[in-house]
Amino acid sequence: MRRPPIEEDGTNPVLRVADARKSYGATEALRGVSLTLGPGELLGLLGPNGAGKTTLVRALAGRVRLDGGAIELHGQPLQGGGGRETLGVVPQDIALYPLLSARENLQAFGELNGLRGANLRERVAWGLEWTGLKDRAKDPVKQFSGGMKRRLNIACGVLHEPSVVLLDEPTTGVDPQSRERIYEMLRRLRASGASLLLTTHQLEEAESLCDRIVILDHGRVIESGTLAELVSRTIGSARRVTLHLDRAPASAIAGLEDGAGGSLAHAQVSDVGRDLPELIARITAAGLRIEDLEVRPPSLQSVFLHLTGRELRE
Amino acid sequence: MIRTLLRIGWLNLARDRVAQAMTFILPISFFSIFAMIFGGTGRGETASLPVAVVDEDRSGVSARLIRALEKERGLRIVLTAKSPGAANGAPEVTLDRARAEQMVRDGDLSVALVVPAGFDSSFGRFDGRGRPVLMLTDPSDPVAPQVAAGLMQKAAMTSAPDVLARNGLVLFDRYSGGLTPKQRQASESWMKLLRARADAESAADARGDTAMNATDRGDGFAGLVTIEERKVVGGKKTNGMVSFYAAGIAVMFLLFSASAAGGSLLDEVESGTLDRVLTTRVGMTGLLAGKWLSLIRLGVLQIVVMFLWATFVFKLDLWTHLPGFAVMTLATAATAASFGLVLATACKTRQQLSGISTIVILTISALGGSMFPRFLMSETMQKIGLVSFNAWALDGFVKVFWRDARMVELLPQLGVLAAWTVGLLIIARLLARRWEMS
Repeated sequence: MRRPPIEEDGTNPVLRVADARKSYGATEALRGVSLTLGPGELLGLLGPNGAGKTTLVRALAGRVRLDGGAIELHGQPLQGGGGRETLGVVPQDIALYPLLSARENLQAFGELNGLRGANLRERVAWGLEWTGLKDRAKDPVKQFSGGMKRRLNIACGVLHEPSVVLLDEPTTGVDPQSRERIYEMLRRLRASGASLLLTTHQLEEAESLCDRIVILDHGRVIESGTLAELVSRTIGSARRVTLHLDRAPASAIAGLEDGAGGSLAHAQVSDVGRDLPELIARITAAGLRIEDLEVRPPSLQSVFLHLTGRELRE
Repeated sequence: MIRTLLRIGWLNLARDRVAQAMTFILPISFFSIFAMIFGGTGRGETASLPVAVVDEDRSGVSARLIRALEKERGLRIVLTAKSPGAANGAPEVTLDRARAEQMVRDGDLSVALVVPAGFDSSFGRFDGRGRPVLMLTDPSDPVAPQVAAGLMQKAAMTSAPDVLARNGLVLFDRYSGGLTPKQRQASESWMKLLRARADAESAADARGDTAMNATDRGDGFAGLVTIEERKVVGGKKTNGMVSFYAAGIAVMFLLFSASAAGGSLLDEVESGTLDRVLTTRVGMTGLLAGKWLSLIRLGVLQIVVMFLWATFVFKLDLWTHLPGFAVMTLATAATAASFGLVLATACKTRQQLSGISTIVILTISALGGSMFPRFLMSETMQKIGLVSFNAWALDGFVKVFWRDARMVELLPQLGVLAAWTVGLLIIARLLARRWEMS
């Protein structure tokens, strides 16, 4: 298979993916995905379920063989399952041994990743401290809460101090408090110099954590950049307005999006000062009463909606 | 509502192949195996007991006795065998006492009869002072000597009725004051008649005529031949069957625990742990090797615990058989571990593994003799049993504990177990390819 050229963009990325393709039977999971991860960068891979995020992460981890395309880690092409010693993988599943304690799980995955002796002991101690599980070090993992398991799940993937860490939806199923704790762990990890590739379908996560965001849909990259760049390139200065009406409009009102016919209505306004009063006037003239109104700042949700015409969780 | 529940139950059963197999195939296969064990092999054949016979007397009486024994459907008389170490095509030679004893010692058969020189002149004595037939036995099979002894008496009665009658009359003549000339003449003609009848029966048997089969002639006369039994193996052992059942039960449950522990692979697949482990520096071959060694350790522990229990509670003599025990335990645990890996890699879910392993393990345990000793099965069933590796494992343990076999004598069992181990490991590795890169 001829390796497609990876375009140079002037930076020195730690991870590059070029034209990654993968099909499962008739289903094309990846249809030519290209992206780069810079040193110390936290890149968010955003997309709905089935967009191809996990397939891409598994290909990067050496668990999926690409049909086409290329992957480079620190400039070295990755083929097959080897050459990934500097890569850390945090799977979406809680992939721990439930009957083993937190310490034993850390030891096990540390050893499987090549740590030995004093270095292993030191890293296990670090992992327990980093996850806040020092007091529960001897307890079997099956007794842990979802958030504790998630934190340990992450620690087991980074114990060997990888320079590039793949995190596949690391906060799935945890409460907001635990999620914030995990965000803090990731910030510390990044501060230590690691480059992070984070897949998520949680917009707030991508907005609050990531330097850059790559939006994936139907196996393709449909947009990428910082949040500001994405907003500028997609919805610009437009604002999304949500209106709670006393009843559903009997007929179409100019400026209001076609909704489901309920009392909740949406509109997109380019200039809030000029367009919003006009919209309110049209609604009032139609005999409707506005019970509540919300103008949202540009968000990833708006960007995604603009790009795909769908809510992210569809 | 009840109808709905019935329908749900039926649909669940109809769509669960493992449940169907457990419900229908397992009992049928078990029934078939035990029907074959206890009722022949399905072709109306009854199990016959192989008995080696050595004729040191070489008289007409001993020949007639042996012919009568050969006619017994319950016995398969072995008069010749290859010399030890002879090539495959080498002709068989007539058995002598030493060879027959060796065959019993090796477990080739459970009973050998030696008709001693001088048997002819003492046959049919009713005072119990005749030359005894020597019966060499393997006490691990408690049934065979009794069957052989009983049929021996029957054969003695039917093989030479004229000799028996003559001896009886001689005794009568001696102790009753003597026969009259007329009585003597009548008895002589009766002797001729008996002899003629015995010859006619032999001729009819030679032609395959079953009309005069030995079993039809009736008997009810025992104790004609004095039998002297000598145990050639396990003479000092206090409880011979304990070692057999310790091995039988240990091997069967070893298979269950190996398949259950091998199922941890499926748990790890389901939880994503296996996928994660494969993202580390461990490859699939390394992972399977680790699992295999772990299963071997478990198996060794299980067998050791079982035999220690048998030693302390049932007086099994473990300590004098330690080297053989160690080798057989390791070989058996290695094969069982490979077997567990094959089952785990072949199944897609824990539920499937549980059902399939139950069916397979119970079947090969029945065939291999964990539930019912193979030496009590028909020869055909014994041969069929050899397709299951646990039969070889059991044979090895029996050799160690019962026959005090030397290490070199365990080589056939160890060789077969090693071949099974390698074969199963290769199959497991091939099946595990589905968990590698997709």
